[in-house]
Amino acid sequence: MAYIVPRPKLTFAEKMYLPSIVAGMAITFKHLKRMLKGETKVVMQYPEEKWDSNMPEHYRGAPTLVKDDHGRERCVACQLCEFICPPRAITISPGEIPAENKFAKVEKYPVEFKIDMIRCIYCGMCEEVCPEQAIFLRKDYAITGTSRAEMVNDKEKLYEMGGVFDGLIHKWNPKK
Amino acid sequence: MLNVQIDGVWLQFPKGTRLIEACSQAQKFIPRYCYHPKLTAPGNCRMCLIELGMPKMGPDRKPVVGPDGKPEIGWIPRPQISCAQDVAEGMAVRTDSPMVQECRQGVMEFLLINHPLDCPICDQAGECRLQEFSVEYGNSSSRFLERKVKKPKNIELGPRVTLDAERCVLCSRCIRFMKEVANDDVLGFVDRGSFSTIACHPERVLDSNYSLNTVDICPVGALTSSDFRFKMRVWFLKETKTIDVNDGLGSNITVGSRENVIYRITPRENNDVNGVWLPDSHRLNFKYVGASNRFKLPQIKAQPVDWRTAIAVAAEILKAHSSESIAMIASARMTNEELFVARLLAHQLNIAPERLDVLPRTGEPDGILIPADRNSNTTGAKLLGVSASEPGSHLPGIAQGVRSGAIKVLICFEDATKCGMTAEELSKIALIVIDILPNATSALASVLLPSSAWVEKRGSLININGRLQRINRAVQPPDQARDDWEILRDLLTALGGTNSLNSIEEVFKLMAGEHAEFAGLSLSKIGDLGVPLSLTPATATLQEAAN
Amino acid sequence: MDFIHSIPWFLIFASLAKTIFIIFLVVLPMVSYTVYAERRVSALIQDRVGPNRTGFPLTLLGFKKDFSPFLGGLGQPVADAVKFLLKEDFTPGHVNKPYFWLAPALAMMPALITLAAIPFGSVLDLDFLLIPLGHLFGAEWGHGPVKMIISDMNVGLLFMFAISSVSVYGIVLAGWSSNSKYPFLGGIRSTSQMISYELCMGLSAVPVLLVASSSGLSSIVNYQVAHGWLLLPFTDGSLTLREILLWIPIAIAFVTFTISMFAETNRLPFDLPESETELVAGYHTEYSSMKFALFFLGEYTAMIAGSALIVVLFFGGWHLPFIPDGSRGGFWGAIFGFVNITAFFAKVAMLLVVFIWVRWTLPRFRYDQLMKLGWLYLFEIALANIFLTAGILAFT
Repeated sequence: MAYIVPRPKLTFAEKMYLPSIVAGMAITFKHLKRMLKGETKVVMQYPEEKWDSNMPEHYRGAPTLVKDDHGRERCVACQLCEFICPPRAITISPGEIPAENKFAKVEKYPVEFKIDMIRCIYCGMCEEVCPEQAIFLRKDYAITGTSRAEMVNDKEKLYEMGGVFDGLIHKWNPKK
Repeated sequence: MLNVQIDGVWLQFPKGTRLIEACSQAQKFIPRYCYHPKLTAPGNCRMCLIELGMPKMGPDRKPVVGPDGKPEIGWIPRPQISCAQDVAEGMAVRTDSPMVQECRQGVMEFLLINHPLDCPICDQAGECRLQEFSVEYGNSSSRFLERKVKKPKNIELGPRVTLDAERCVLCSRCIRFMKEVANDDVLGFVDRGSFSTIACHPERVLDSNYSLNTVDICPVGALTSSDFRFKMRVWFLKETKTIDVNDGLGSNITVGSRENVIYRITPRENNDVNGVWLPDSHRLNFKYVGASNRFKLPQIKAQPVDWRTAIAVAAEILKAHSSESIAMIASARMTNEELFVARLLAHQLNIAPERLDVLPRTGEPDGILIPADRNSNTTGAKLLGVSASEPGSHLPGIAQGVRSGAIKVLICFEDATKCGMTAEELSKIALIVIDILPNATSALASVLLPSSAWVEKRGSLININGRLQRINRAVQPPDQARDDWEILRDLLTALGGTNSLNSIEEVFKLMAGEHAEFAGLSLSKIGDLGVPLSLTPATATLQEAAN
Repeated sequence: MDFIHSIPWFLIFASLAKTIFIIFLVVLPMVSYTVYAERRVSALIQDRVGPNRTGFPLTLLGFKKDFSPFLGGLGQPVADAVKFLLKEDFTPGHVNKPYFWLAPALAMMPALITLAAIPFGSVLDLDFLLIPLGHLFGAEWGHGPVKMIISDMNVGLLFMFAISSVSVYGIVLAGWSSNSKYPFLGGIRSTSQMISYELCMGLSAVPVLLVASSSGLSSIVNYQVAHGWLLLPFTDGSLTLREILLWIPIAIAFVTFTISMFAETNRLPFDLPESETELVAGYHTEYSSMKFALFFLGEYTAMIAGSALIVVLFFGGWHLPFIPDGSRGGFWGAIFGFVNITAFFAKVAMLLVVFIWVRWTLPRFRYDQLMKLGWLYLFEIALANIFLTAGILAFT
């Protein structure tokens, strides 16, 4: 059934339309004025202003590898992060630590550890799954590169970004 | 048949059935470490404890019958192991009672006392019984506060096996395997109490050709393959069920590969062929598949060309010569389908049977699994008429023809220098070589057609006992290499032959139409375990299956 | 020799200098920065920041730092121009090529040509500079004051209307030759809209002609210099009853003329020919690169020409109260001449800001409303206004 919407009765001034135009222009001018006087809050102007100081403790930025307080790489190449990684950004080639190395008791280490930052979705699953507390999501978020190859973080880069993490266990220590 | 009550249900089992097997058949899985169906049961892991009962006997030595008409059960107050116990009439079992659960929890806790918990490093992680049963039956946390016993790690027991004594649960499966199956009693326990470890006998090493089977049966990560050590986590491996091609037995295997790289080969249970075992020499013989010198492109006189050109040139060579001057050396390692298309090609070219043969390979049988015939499909080659009735008996004739100049073209699936011809003689004739890796013959090839290795193709093989089995594709062939049957089909088409073969299934269908032995079969009907063919004794040399 | 002497060399050079000055030094930069202003002002109105990044990449030329002027983003028009020049000039396969290529030129050129009749300044007398300079070469270069108008026609207003109506061809051809539905609809809309509003615009300007009793634009300006700006009649320092009475029809003429100007230049609220929400981009949907830029430039040049016309007709052209024109000669005469030119373009710039301001305030009209407004109201009002003006002129 058709429903008839009654048209509103307009006054002469409204029909003239001009007063509304003036009123509208007054509104826009008010906004313009407030902007010029700097009274309007605008969004963060990114490269000049940055989030860094407001970053929450749980922020999930670039995944990195850490070493322990004795300078040993904590990663033992168990490949759990490679397995759990939803976008398959992680590639690990495991290898055996040579017997003459002082950390030989750990036996296994990653020969190659690559994280493809084009693929990474910063979900933090790798950090969560890591049984050795070796991989952590740091607060780096401005990850840029000029080629695909440049966006793949290799082991050196990951350790450089990750730094040192004082952990609980010294797996390599034969006394424990 | 004996009546046995399992978790309140009465079932019947034949005499001599082990209780643990009877429970498995009743869908009640009992966890175990030391028990292995192919080995004796020492009962030393205590994981398979169950509650056992026997019928109550009245004063008249007759079972007391309860109100429900069934005999009443007198339960033994202490748990019993189920692996060393055969079923008996009226026996009753509880596999999941509170006592059984508590026992399993306790056993798991004992086993984990000295376990290093280095699962992130351990190669067994993912297929480890200790992990699985710990989740299913164990505690979630440890109550052990003392220092764990330190035992030697990373010991090379033999050239192919590495021992980590800390992870060992002392189930003795490896010891019993070496003694009972491999007939090489080299392993044993040394030291006492919590310091007890596996060791080789003094001045001996674990170097049997079956040593890697101990790695397979080790329920934990104590014994690991030195070859596979730290190469890849098992959960990444794509498992392809296929057949070993290193000898005529055709052991059933599983190929573990990831992203087109093969990492390991493990045996697959087939009690009609290889049981659950596999020789080390066979399981480690896969490295050549991923070799960098594999042929990737067709070549004409060592110059890479495309397939169209290569096939056309090969066909030109074949057309330019009379059928009397063409010979073919096929391989008894080819699949039935490839042999069949090769035979079609030989027909098309009118190659007489005396200029067609395969290269036989033999060796000493080891009395366990490896037979004398080291070709995987001698039976098939004979059945399909590619091989002489005595494989290799035509080779001297072909060699003579090459030498005398009567044979001017040789289609070669094998290294012809091993067939009684010298490189100098071969360099005088036109060679069409279909192979995967460089050898003395391929270096002289007029046309070289790169084909696929056995893990890169599908097809069927007939083992020495006349069992038709199937190989499956685990990885892709490198670059432009193709399946042998496709190469042969294209040659056949270029020579004016049939062009109706579009898939390997069609090849099998055509073959089944011409050879009654394959009637009613197809590649999918062969299944993972294969089917026995009814062959005449002349084609099949029977050997007793080992298990 | 007589022939060479008969050629008015100075006239040619002066006209060339004026043309180059007004087109390349004033109007085209003004167009670029109007676009920039459009973006910045719209951003400010909408509580945004707008393009504030693009500086001048001096590091590319070997300097140590890029130069970003105080507000930032002032390099944006330059970057846009470079982008337009470097983009692929793609001509779709289905278009009618000759007309497709002609259309952008026809959109741009009329707008530029109309500028010829605009008096953008009073007079400029550079003799104090030229005579000594001529003496260096042994020639007599002094020629007295030069009018700051490229072509001082006594039918300047009619000329402007005539030429600007040609630009409708550019849009029609673009819409038709694109051989595509959205440009076609845009072209159709544009044609009927421009033809409709041209009537109204012409009629709105008649009261001004009546009052100034001339259709030459410089005469109109001169009238306003003598009697006060038409819309602000007190600028000559006196206010007569006639001026007060005339103010009513002039104000009506100003409103109708301005509204028609919005419609003629396809500006919001009358931008139906290119209404993005319905027609993608209207008649220039199929254009890219510099051809698209020509439409863009043409539109903004037309806007500048329209603003200039409004300034000339209603706001006294280059005149500022109490500032003499440049006819007195000498150094100060030249200074006043330049002040007049600056005053003219300052007025134009203010009107352009109003154009932008209106655009980001008012929503678009519906097409039937647009037609109804043009034909049923503005046309009649403008027509009646002529009689009103004539009556006032006759009885005062």
